[in-house]
Amino acid sequence: MTAERSPRPPGTHPRSEPASRAPLPRSPLQRFYLREVLSGLGLTAAHFFRNMRLHTARALGRKDAHGAVTIQYPEERRPYSPRLRSLHRLVRREDGSPRCVACMMCETVCPARCIYIVADEHPNPEIEKMPARFDIDLGKCVFCGFCVEACPEDAIRMDTGILEFSSYSRGGMIYTKETLLSLEPAGPDGVPTSPVPIPAGRTVVGP
Amino acid sequence: MTATAADFGIAFARVAFVMMFILNLGGLLTWVERKQSAIMQDRIGANRASILGFRIMGLFHPLADAIKMLTKEDFLPARADRFLFKMAPFVSVFFGLVAFASIPFGDTLRLGDRVIPLQAVTLNVGVLYVFAMLSLGVYGVMMAGWSSSNNFALLGGQRAAALMISAEIAIGASIMGVIMVYGSLDLMEIVRAQGAALLPRVFGAWIPAWGLLTQPLAFILFVTAGIAATKRIPFDMPEGESEIIGYFVEYSGMKFGMFAMADFLETVVIAGLTTSLFLGGWQVPYLQPAGFAFPWGATLHLPQAVVALLQVGAFSLKVVVMIFIMMLVRWTLPRFRYDQAMRLGWLGLFPLSILNIVMTGLVLLLVGSDS
Repeated sequence: MTAERSPRPPGTHPRSEPASRAPLPRSPLQRFYLREVLSGLGLTAAHFFRNMRLHTARALGRKDAHGAVTIQYPEERRPYSPRLRSLHRLVRREDGSPRCVACMMCETVCPARCIYIVADEHPNPEIEKMPARFDIDLGKCVFCGFCVEACPEDAIRMDTGILEFSSYSRGGMIYTKETLLSLEPAGPDGVPTSPVPIPAGRTVVGP
Repeated sequence: MTATAADFGIAFARVAFVMMFILNLGGLLTWVERKQSAIMQDRIGANRASILGFRIMGLFHPLADAIKMLTKEDFLPARADRFLFKMAPFVSVFFGLVAFASIPFGDTLRLGDRVIPLQAVTLNVGVLYVFAMLSLGVYGVMMAGWSSSNNFALLGGQRAAALMISAEIAIGASIMGVIMVYGSLDLMEIVRAQGAALLPRVFGAWIPAWGLLTQPLAFILFVTAGIAATKRIPFDMPEGESEIIGYFVEYSGMKFGMFAMADFLETVVIAGLTTSLFLGGWQVPYLQPAGFAFPWGATLHLPQAVVALLQVGAFSLKVVVMIFIMMLVRWTLPRFRYDQAMRLGWLGLFPLSILNIVMTGLVLLLVGSDS
């Protein structure tokens, strides 16, 4: 794809070409350095006063004034992409049972080997199997999304929008079938709609 | 006997005011540094430390820092020189604190029949005293570097010594012009002389003879060398956290905090000294001891307490502006290499200072002493 866009030989990106190899211009004024210092100070001072004015305007009630590009993370979130690969969930049938048929495709394709499935007979004779256990060890998961691609039944998805599932113990990183089944897909802006699950063995600290 | 008690109280109040001024300002500088750099870089800066949900723009972070540093392990390297290792941070902070003593923060205040100069210590060699204290401050850094028994710390201490020598010479030479113009080593006298009009035969009484106007070259040289004396970026080779970490590499807890504090105290001292020498100290333009006397003839009589308050306020404002400029430099320029800083000090600042002295002498000869 890059070859189609740029016919020039590799390693000669146009932006790396100019003036960088040329000797630095050394007029006496630049060697004296003071003018360059002052122009640099002017730049940073201009940023300071512009941002200070915006901060003041915001403090006085102008909500559209932004003196900083910071997103105050736990309180504010930037909208996530709908393609974001976040915490897995198991898709449910209409009766609430997992859509998964325990075909082991995801367990087989998983490069991190973090999925552990125990198959069982499904009471409905039209459905061959169902998982008795479906555990994902998120401490091992690399979030490659191969399990989602491999699944023939569209039974596992990574669209919950949940990214905060750290734990103080390894056991707390193992998510069981019940937890995974209880999760909901994220809203249109990527904000999770399901409460952040707390599996057994996980110690919750703080709010 | 009551007179001596009152004298003692006044002396104590003078020292206490200066101590509170410099300690509070120095402590606040950690907050200023964080917030100013953040605003310059389109960030918000540390704002999470809260007491009962109140954050007041991150002002609790210096408090949180102090608690953290006081409760950390006080590490002592096994092969360190115990006495010098423990002494070093105290030496650094002590000389940073006492250096401010002879910088005046206001004109004399008359209480009854007493005349109180508004400075902690009245010295007729005030300039030399401040330089002496600033130069002694580097001993703390050298002691830290040597006593840590760490090669990187030793390198840092040695760099600090080299930097201090090249900076101090430029500082001393650059203010020679100021001393020649105002004819005194007493900082109070220098500040008082800056209240006079600049070239009254040309400009009338419009422009005060601040050092910035009479000695513009010396101002640039002095601020540059002064920033070097504070050992902060762009002259932080003694520290150099990206290469040698520097003289305090073995320090932890509050001893490390004291080195950081010494840097801030020196920043305040340099800002105060720059204010006194070049920005008119406590002078408010057109403010005479009796009140305002504007050059267009209007006068505004003010009680003496108001005049003193205005002067102290002007001094504080000028110091704060100077600190702002020094912080601006610190967060704008990258660090000089060791040899670049040496070259700047010895081949840039020092010859220019000498040139400044010569030129000042020539101008004083030509214009006469009434300028």
